[in-house]
Amino acid sequence: MSQGAGDSRSLLVLAGLLAVLGLAPTSAIHVYTPREVYGTVGSHVTLSCSFWSSEWISEDISITWHFQAEGSRDSISIFHYAKGQPYIDDVGTFKERMEWAGNPRRKDGSIVIHNLDYTDNGTFTCDVKNPPDIVGKSSQVTLYVLEKVPTRYGVVLGSIIGGALLLVLLVVALVYLVRYCWLRRQAVLQRRLSAMEKGKLQRSAKDASKRGRQVSTPRREGGVKRGAGI
Amino acid sequence: MLLLLLGIIVLHVTVLVLLFVSTIVSQWLVNGGQTADLWQNCSSGTIFQCLTSSTNEWLQSVQAMMILSIIFSVLSLFLFFCQLFTLTKGGRFYITGIFQILAGLCVMSGAAIFTVRHTDWHQASENTSYGFAYILAWLAFPLALASGIIYVILRKRE
Repeated sequence: MSQGAGDSRSLLVLAGLLAVLGLAPTSAIHVYTPREVYGTVGSHVTLSCSFWSSEWISEDISITWHFQAEGSRDSISIFHYAKGQPYIDDVGTFKERMEWAGNPRRKDGSIVIHNLDYTDNGTFTCDVKNPPDIVGKSSQVTLYVLEKVPTRYGVVLGSIIGGALLLVLLVVALVYLVRYCWLRRQAVLQRRLSAMEKGKLQRSAKDASKRGRQVSTPRREGGVKRGAGI
Repeated sequence: MLLLLLGIIVLHVTVLVLLFVSTIVSQWLVNGGQTADLWQNCSSGTIFQCLTSSTNEWLQSVQAMMILSIIFSVLSLFLFFCQLFTLTKGGRFYITGIFQILAGLCVMSGAAIFTVRHTDWHQASENTSYGFAYILAWLAFPLALASGIIYVILRKRE
């Protein structure tokens, strides 16, 4: 009886494991885009889209971009990449303004839109499918086209603080360097002066001793120390 | 001698406290139930809510000046203690004084820019008045300047 219970328990564990493995969700494909992008009228903007897939990037990968204009309810397909070929919009609003700037092998599906206009305000959706990894959420990015792009908060703040601190640091370092060089030069001059003084003293002492001995040894002349002035 | 040292340190710490309070507290402009300061606008009426201030460049420069003044004052205190133990007898606390004077100048320029440009980001009404943090900022300026000058004049004894 206990053996049967042991058997049934191991069978239950095995069944549970299989159920977990079977019911485990296949990992989905994840698509990432920035939430908002700002562009100035007339310039270009890059809508970046990156994705992560648990499968190898195959030849069947497809990347699609849709555009929903602000205030409109229709989502138009503007870009499609399939079987290694990008298909750019050549009849719609983005005719001759769009450029494929992505690389599916590098998990990048970005496009570039040139010559922005106020009608480009709206939501762009990036959708990537990498068979067999096809379950996943697409990602949206909202494009704002403005006269002048507002500088991000903190640029002015950071640059003022950084610039001021750098300037002060530079000035302090310069002052210390100049002071160090000046002191070193002073030390060298001082050493030279003391050496000269010592040489002069020795010479005067030798002269005095020479005058003292001149009566006894008139021959001993010359040999005056010449190395005193160096 | 010790009394002098204590007095100087108390003055420096007072300047530092004034700078901190003035930068952090939300009372630069007071308008009835609303207060506006460098970092956020708070309104206390039926609902109390705080929104971040605008991202105007002048407001950012005022913020930068206040933060710089705090940094310089803290550095000056640190350098004072360093110089206290390493300076030769008879030497002057030049670098401490210079940093403190810089802090004072930064506070002054920050408060001045705020005074001139606060209408850019805050619509002034009749009963808008300056809050106490603004007054503290202006108070910190002469104190910081005086503290810096004292450091420059002071000679190390003992």
